[in-house]
Amino acid sequence: MTNDYTIITRNLDLFYGDFQALKSVSIEIPNRQVTAFIGPSGCGKSTFLKTLNRMNDLVSNVKITGDVFFDGLNVYKEYDIVELRKNIGMVFQKPNPFPMSIYDNIAYGPRIHGIKSKAKLDDIVEKSLRNSALWEEVKDRLKQNALGLSGGQQQRLCIARVLAVEPEVVLMDEPTSALDPISTLKIEDLIEELKKDYTIAIVTHNMQQAARISDMTAFFLHGEIIEFGNTNQLFSNPKDKKTEDYITGRFG
Amino acid sequence: MVRNSFDKQLEHLQDLMINMSGLVEESIENSIIALKNQDLELAKQVFENDNVIDDLENRIEKICLNLIARQQPLAKDLRTISTSLKIITDLERIADQAADISEITIRMAGMKYFSELIDIPVMADLAKNMVKRAIECYIKQDINLAKTVCDSDDEVDDMFSKIVMELINVIKNSPETTEQATDFMFVVKYLERIGDHATNIAEWVVYNVTGSHEHLARTNEHNPFEFGGQNV
Repeated sequence: MTNDYTIITRNLDLFYGDFQALKSVSIEIPNRQVTAFIGPSGCGKSTFLKTLNRMNDLVSNVKITGDVFFDGLNVYKEYDIVELRKNIGMVFQKPNPFPMSIYDNIAYGPRIHGIKSKAKLDDIVEKSLRNSALWEEVKDRLKQNALGLSGGQQQRLCIARVLAVEPEVVLMDEPTSALDPISTLKIEDLIEELKKDYTIAIVTHNMQQAARISDMTAFFLHGEIIEFGNTNQLFSNPKDKKTEDYITGRFG
Repeated sequence: MVRNSFDKQLEHLQDLMINMSGLVEESIENSIIALKNQDLELAKQVFENDNVIDDLENRIEKICLNLIARQQPLAKDLRTISTSLKIITDLERIADQAADISEITIRMAGMKYFSELIDIPVMADLAKNMVKRAIECYIKQDINLAKTVCDSDDEVDDMFSKIVMELINVIKNSPETTEQATDFMFVVKYLERIGDHATNIAEWVVYNVTGSHEHLARTNEHNPFEFGGQNV
């Protein structure tokens, strides 16, 4: 196992009851790059993303076999789940700020992890908002309710909230599908910035988005990875006919 | 500002285009100096430079195709990328022709030219100047300058007809010069083509700025049966 990869999965199977949603998924997610998962609805890409920080644990009837390694440790056997979710943060499809102030949204995680100093929390809030490209827009209204922000701002707030606990990896599950085109492009620029410091794995229905922002792309179909490779290569000269059919819109 | 990353990639593309243009300009300049002074080393250098230019062309082509595949460019962005793809072909051909001229220089090494070269360097200067202005109008996206490039093509074409006529007369009067005069005829043909490629570049610049691609050179084709008013 090398240091080039943050997350490695090996023969990962996932069943919802009798239905097999993931079939022997083995993949290496490189450090400080953007890895995108694309594929039609129900292909398993979101399910796969959730296995990486054990978001499926609470879903009833789920059975997982195979391994997920994060920084060399087996996520399902060797990792403390609180620690895991601190290190692997997640941003969801719909912005979900807590119904509290902008400041408290960001400070929430660090407080839970035991940080009490006001000065330190101030620092974290500012740094996180700067890193999520939101600071300039909200610095004068940190005490206002976060639900008053626009959708795009709320989503950047959610990203700031993830960054506040200093994760290594940020998982994003369709982070822009509820946003307008300009907010979408802002988040895309932000992702480009974030990859300097974080490993990003993103699920997107928007194939063009994957093409624009990712370094590596995996194409999922019926719970399997059909093709995984360099984004340039996958979008200009895919190896598999099924990938070609999907990205050129000739699928199905 | 959004799409920072895409804009940075477009800037990088522009840098490489300027880089390639500079090398091509250098090649044509050196090929003429080498021919005039029978400078073998310089001619060889032009030859080697051609590989560097070919590699750069490949690199730019890949970048353009990846940008089209990944960034869904539209409007001006799309024109900039497609224009780059067209222009690198013309630049690469200009470099090829400079290399061809150098090949002739190398072949004629050690031979005494039957006459001092006067008109060919003048024509070469005209062609080189067209390339130079074509590149400048590309960098500055200046359509007025682009139009002057297209206008100059006629001068180069006139020089071509004139020199070919002279060479024909030289051959008629002194058949022993046939081999050398034929080589010089190739040189002027290459120079004439270089002028055409410079014109193409200028036309693509106009397209990039205005969105409409027109042939701007006043006379695009010679009458193939006529040189300097005489039938040959």
